[in-house]
Amino acid sequence: MIYNIPFFAVIILIAVGMYAVIFRRNLIKIAIGITIVESAVNLFLITLGYREGGVAPIYTNLPANVVIPGGMVLPVPQALTLTSIVIGVAVLALMLSFIIRIYQYYGTLDSKKVRRLKE
Amino acid sequence: MNDENGEGLSPIVKIISGMIFPFIMIFSLYVIMHGHLTPGGGFQGGAIGASAIVMLIVAFGARHTEKRAGEEKLSLFESIGGTLFVLVAILGFIMAATFMSNFLVGSAIFGEIPPFGSNPGILNTGGILPILNFAVGMKVIGGLSAVVLAMALVSKEDD
Amino acid sequence: MRKIAVVVFIIFFAFMFLAAYDMHDFGAPPSKMDDYIIQNTQNETGANNGVTAVVFDYRGYDTLGEATVLFTAIAGVMVVLRRRGENE
Repeated sequence: MIYNIPFFAVIILIAVGMYAVIFRRNLIKIAIGITIVESAVNLFLITLGYREGGVAPIYTNLPANVVIPGGMVLPVPQALTLTSIVIGVAVLALMLSFIIRIYQYYGTLDSKKVRRLKE
Repeated sequence: MNDENGEGLSPIVKIISGMIFPFIMIFSLYVIMHGHLTPGGGFQGGAIGASAIVMLIVAFGARHTEKRAGEEKLSLFESIGGTLFVLVAILGFIMAATFMSNFLVGSAIFGEIPPFGSNPGILNTGGILPILNFAVGMKVIGGLSAVVLAMALVSKEDD
Repeated sequence: MRKIAVVVFIIFFAFMFLAAYDMHDFGAPPSKMDDYIIQNTQNETGANNGVTAVVFDYRGYDTLGEATVLFTAIAGVMVVLRRRGENE
């Protein structure tokens, strides 16, 4: 059980992020919470593909005593994590632009006060 | 070098960041074009190039950068990158049987096959991978710089 | 309302802790597809980098979808943050 510590770290990060999304009222703190959940999911994807004592799957200047398909780390989860990071950046940019417009229109960042349509 | 309305940082910062900017762009192009040999590729090199343009926005002020590299030119740069990606994929559909197939392996342009096992990297390999890396790098540089420039300019519109 | 949120939160994360006991061991993933990809990268794609070959050749369609998501998000930001009086 003690060797599965990265999976428990992922669960703790998801708990911290979901706590910030559900129980906080400031809009910037909700955006930070969504980014923490995104980072935890990227960490989970990378730790799925780790082989013990492995090197990166790149053939340029490989060290001399590496078994070719058995001593290298899996490349497919790293490719999926790259896509996920770029999509996280795009979603964060869109969220922050909406928060800028909400602050210019309402004058406050409290999510309980931006409910009604302003006159 | 003198500013019309006093924005941006002090003259030492402006001179140094103007001298360092070409080296950062060359490093970003190196990371993009060697994506099939070393760790890196289109997205990573594009992020380095976008942070070089953000350094110019911080040092010179947003309005001065808007005159030189405006939002329309950056949007055009991004659109050319995206169109090049789809055109190379459709060209793979015409030359071979499937969409986005690697039709340049074995031909003269980018198509050597490296020997199996550890080797120092040969630049002429890779098939359509360097062309796709370059297209994605253009797309990321144009897109991220345009977003940061738009966010820096939105708070200066009511003076 | 807040008490219901706290109870659902605790039940959800207790379930996830129980699910983490059944994951495979940390250093030994059961995968044969990646052994085939590492073995045949240099013949089929001609690149030395296994990760770039997977991103652009074996899974190139996902990269096309990601480029579309990036383009859509940046177009959305440019629409929301448009300034007043910009080439009417």
